[in-house]
Amino acid sequence: MSSRTRRELPFWNGPLMRRAAGDAWRKLDPRWMFHNPVMFVVETCSFLTSADAVRYLVQERYASFAFVAQIALWLWLTVFFANFAEAVAEGRGKAQAAALRGTKAQTAAKLFVNGEVRSVPSTQLRVGDVVLVEAGDVVPGDGTVVEGAAMLDESAITGESAPVLRESGGDRNAVTGGTKVLSDWIRVQITANPGETFLDRMINLIESQSRRKTPNEIALEILLAGLTLIFVVVVATVEPFAIYSGRAVGLTMLVALLVCLAPTTIGALLSAIGISGMNRLLRRNVVALSGRAIEAAGDVNVIMLDKTGTLTLGNREAESFLPLPGASEAALAEAAFLSSLSDRTPEGRSVVSLARHRYGLSAQAYSLHGATFHPFSARTRMSGVDWQGRIIRKGAVDAVAEHLVAAGGPDPGDALRRMAADISRSGGTPLAVSENDRCLGLIHLKDIVKTGLKERIASLHTAGIKTVMITGDNQLTAQAIAAEVGVDDFLAEATPEKKLDYIQQEKARGNLVAMVGDGTNDAPAMASADVAVAMNTGTQSAREAGNMIDLDSNPTKLIDIVEVGKQILITRGALTTFSVANDVAKYFAILPAMFIPIYPGLSALNIMHLTSPQSAVLAAVIFNAAIIPALIPLSLRGVRYRPAGAAAILRYNLLLYGLGGVVLPFVGIKAIDLLITALGLPGLR
Amino acid sequence: MTVPGVLTILLFFAVILLITKPFGGYLYRVYTGAPTFLDRLVRPAEAAVYRLTGVDPEQEMSWSTFLLALLVFNLAGLLLLYAVLRLQGFLPLNPRHYPGLSPDLAWNTAVSFATNTNWQAYSGEASLSYLSQLALVVQQFLSPLSGIAMLLAFLRGLTRRNASTLGNFWVDITRTLLWVALPIAGVAALVLVALGSPENFLPYVHVTTLAGSHQTIAQGPVAAMTSIMQLGDNGGGFFNANAAHPYAAPNAASLLFQLVLGFSVPAALTYTFGKWVGDTRQGWAVFAAMAILFLAGTFAAYHFELAGTPALHQLGINDQLGNLEGKEVRFGPALSTLFDTSTTAVSWGSTAAANDSFTPLGSLVLLFNLLTGEVIFGSWGVGLLGMLMYAILAVFIAGLMVGRTPEYLGKKIGAYEVKMAVLTIVVPTFVILGLTALALSTRAGLAGLGNPGAHGLSEALYAYASGVGNNGSAFGGLNAATPFYTWTVGLAMLIGRYPMYIPALAMAASLARKQAVPASAGTFPTHGWLFVVLLLGMVVVVSALDVFPVLSLGPLAEQFARTAGGAP
Repeated sequence: MSSRTRRELPFWNGPLMRRAAGDAWRKLDPRWMFHNPVMFVVETCSFLTSADAVRYLVQERYASFAFVAQIALWLWLTVFFANFAEAVAEGRGKAQAAALRGTKAQTAAKLFVNGEVRSVPSTQLRVGDVVLVEAGDVVPGDGTVVEGAAMLDESAITGESAPVLRESGGDRNAVTGGTKVLSDWIRVQITANPGETFLDRMINLIESQSRRKTPNEIALEILLAGLTLIFVVVVATVEPFAIYSGRAVGLTMLVALLVCLAPTTIGALLSAIGISGMNRLLRRNVVALSGRAIEAAGDVNVIMLDKTGTLTLGNREAESFLPLPGASEAALAEAAFLSSLSDRTPEGRSVVSLARHRYGLSAQAYSLHGATFHPFSARTRMSGVDWQGRIIRKGAVDAVAEHLVAAGGPDPGDALRRMAADISRSGGTPLAVSENDRCLGLIHLKDIVKTGLKERIASLHTAGIKTVMITGDNQLTAQAIAAEVGVDDFLAEATPEKKLDYIQQEKARGNLVAMVGDGTNDAPAMASADVAVAMNTGTQSAREAGNMIDLDSNPTKLIDIVEVGKQILITRGALTTFSVANDVAKYFAILPAMFIPIYPGLSALNIMHLTSPQSAVLAAVIFNAAIIPALIPLSLRGVRYRPAGAAAILRYNLLLYGLGGVVLPFVGIKAIDLLITALGLPGLR
Repeated sequence: MTVPGVLTILLFFAVILLITKPFGGYLYRVYTGAPTFLDRLVRPAEAAVYRLTGVDPEQEMSWSTFLLALLVFNLAGLLLLYAVLRLQGFLPLNPRHYPGLSPDLAWNTAVSFATNTNWQAYSGEASLSYLSQLALVVQQFLSPLSGIAMLLAFLRGLTRRNASTLGNFWVDITRTLLWVALPIAGVAALVLVALGSPENFLPYVHVTTLAGSHQTIAQGPVAAMTSIMQLGDNGGGFFNANAAHPYAAPNAASLLFQLVLGFSVPAALTYTFGKWVGDTRQGWAVFAAMAILFLAGTFAAYHFELAGTPALHQLGINDQLGNLEGKEVRFGPALSTLFDTSTTAVSWGSTAAANDSFTPLGSLVLLFNLLTGEVIFGSWGVGLLGMLMYAILAVFIAGLMVGRTPEYLGKKIGAYEVKMAVLTIVVPTFVILGLTALALSTRAGLAGLGNPGAHGLSEALYAYASGVGNNGSAFGGLNAATPFYTWTVGLAMLIGRYPMYIPALAMAASLARKQAVPASAGTFPTHGWLFVVLLLGMVVVVSALDVFPVLSLGPLAEQFARTAGGAP
């Protein structure tokens, strides 16, 4: 499904980049760096080498100074690039938040006090207050419509300019602060204090001030800190070994080795990946109330999808006319056409359209003056027309049968019921058509599966995610539609209790469940599901039970959300693998450089034939630093996710990021070595 | 490589492959309480043990109780052994009137045998009474049991759901002793006697050799001790020369039989693991990773040993048979290499050749086997457990790449599990590198080295890697009996075993508490070749990244100095 997305910011956005550079600079403060152990180690190393450089300068050993100073410079750049990656990701979120904040200006609210309307600033409203909002007013806070109905412009939140209806009672009673009433008036009971409203929470989230680390992110950070710790030990013991072997290697070499071995690439990009995941969802107009929810979305293995509106277009369409024995198809078509002319429901219109296209019927061909139309009503469950003595009716099969018996005709009998059952079994809905006291046949109404959906359901299946269709239809119809869409399971004649039971059963089996909901009666099931996407058009209680809100209210987007969740995890795993795999080449660059003065025979390990020990170490450090900005776009965009089985995805990513991670730095370091040698940089004897 | 040499190695491994499934299936039956053919004999004994000790076999233990039981059991064994070694002068069965061991040597030896390391800083036949040797044999029976109990606790953690207990430590070790260690060691001892090893308590024999010199030939319960030392992956031999002594391995058949004994339990446990988790493919995947590491290392070492020493070649010495220095000529390079790569892989620590005299790259293989953390089969339970730690890390890193929270065998790998798995890798690296650095920068440490330069570095590194890995084999050359090395290697052995147990058990408890995620097409597959390759990559890359610098200054420097013609 194509869903409308917010305008994507280009990667090289000038002002954004400048602001990010400034933020990256401020983040060099060690107190801030401390939250990222890997980069904190790199910063400490930068301080140490800088001090070493100063020492050489004071001792007037200019060649050594030139070399060490260059190493120090690139180490500082490594830290800076890491901060820059985080700042860019945050900056993109902030840019999106700024647009929202524009709507958050203080407004005057018309508060009811003892039955009188008094004007107060919106910031003074508290939960439980009731306010009047009239045409042209901005809704002063989140709330529930308790009286009246109005058209609202919610574009400030959703980006969608078409007005939407909000009314008291039912599932469309929630209004959001910052939206605007276009016509009529409503009384709204406030449900959130200032600073805690939906808009406030959204802005907070997007600015990622309140972004908490997700479970997988924490686990990964522990692994990275552990690896860094191991390398600190490895590098710290190199010096005694070297001294034993005959000659100390010196601080700069050790520091260079440590920084190159530590998983700096993933350490630098980890938080950017998490932030950008939220931003990617926001571009699809989905607000996740926590990063944890996005991650859980990637883990989901059962998705519950409502049939109507999610899997199928909301309306059924007439597919064919099935005459009873003794009636002609043309007569049936004509009767169906005439009886539906006054039926303004989508089903009725689709009958007219089918008759027009397949049988060439048109209203102009009939002189319908004097005809009495009976529009569709919920009471009679029929529509029809009385014209020139013909009494034509169309409606639910048992309703039409009753009508015939009442008109003194024969019961249409088993033949009709059998045909009706056949239609149900194929996933359709039968409508009977009668003229006078005789039943002519059936109209086959069919659910229309959204285009492209079958492929997406199939891809979810390949990815090991079980899809469940929820529908109020009976077992037979549900089964047929389920088979047509290709879902793995279905829940027919669903009630809120049945949904809740189903979710709890799946959870007891160890599955993670995702669902979409909008009505108040969805709230218990939503609260129980691991990922619950509330529709923005839904009720306040549904929005509170969900851990994500879809501003477009497009339930099919649940599939997108799952994919974004997976993408974040894959990106983290791929960059970690890449980062660790890089170490192989770095060893082959730095170790010979370190140890050749001790054992000249170890030049055999210099398999890249780097020019000199100094150029080798500098090339490795430069590669290590430069790979970070090179991978910022990837970490913001996320690794491409193709729905496939886990084994296939793993094989592909392992080849690309594992093997690629081993090979690329050999090429990169060699190229940088050639370049810096050609440039004739000082200090590279 | 010669055809008979390659065939010997492959044939030997084919035997291991053959016994893995039936023996692993037997172990599974023993630990799940299913009937076995030994039941009629052993069940009454089991019941008697529980009655005597007051153990309730139905009582389940939390991880902390399990750990406490394990530590108490080990500490008791350690203290008892220490007492016997110190007091052997006053105790019976001491025909040669050996005095008690010094405190540091007694500590080193007691720790060594309690931790299933069996590092021998003492010389068996020249300093221990028969009673002390018997006390060592008792520990050789008891110390491997803890490893199996650890593994079983971990397997229960993997398979139980929403559970808070991990089994009963006393039941696990009693079953292992009665159904596995005693019967197999008993039969194996008889086989060894049949193959020519002595089994007696006679005084040492004094003979006059054909050359007219006098020689004292040690006697004793050699077959019994050899049998359990190999079966239990202990490696503490009766003789200082260990398996190179003609009584310990009278012929190639005996040597090969001992090899099979050593591999039997660790290899079979991979199949038991597969049965336990309900999918034998999982076990075979781990087996395959171990087998590939083992065979690749063995053939590499064999190749380097056959290639010989360039320096000798340049002197015009015929070295067509390869590097024979320090090899038992009865066995030659193929068997000697096979035995010593096995000893570093399976962690039994008994040697048939002087590792000190291996070519640099041959010794690199031995060192690498040790430095993987003894996960190439490894000793009873502990080797497989170590490999499962690597598997969990591999699953965590690569598992993210399939877009789900990583899970192993249905259990989600969270921050806690990662922390524990990282600990099991950080601690040994820290201890091995730290102690080696200490040895090489203190006078006491340097004084014990048998060689200067790169080779000396290898000697010290090997000693601590062997200690931490609870392997017990020695590189040789190093004077391990000095107080500096007895204390520090003793420390390495302790840290190598117990601090590793705590995170592994804690992780098992955390896994047991979890709900299991049903497998689907989206589940990261942990059977099949892709996972084997991943696991291999993880073991090789993680181990290599930790030790590449120190290996460069040790065996690699020695090798390249040799090929470059300079002195090492």
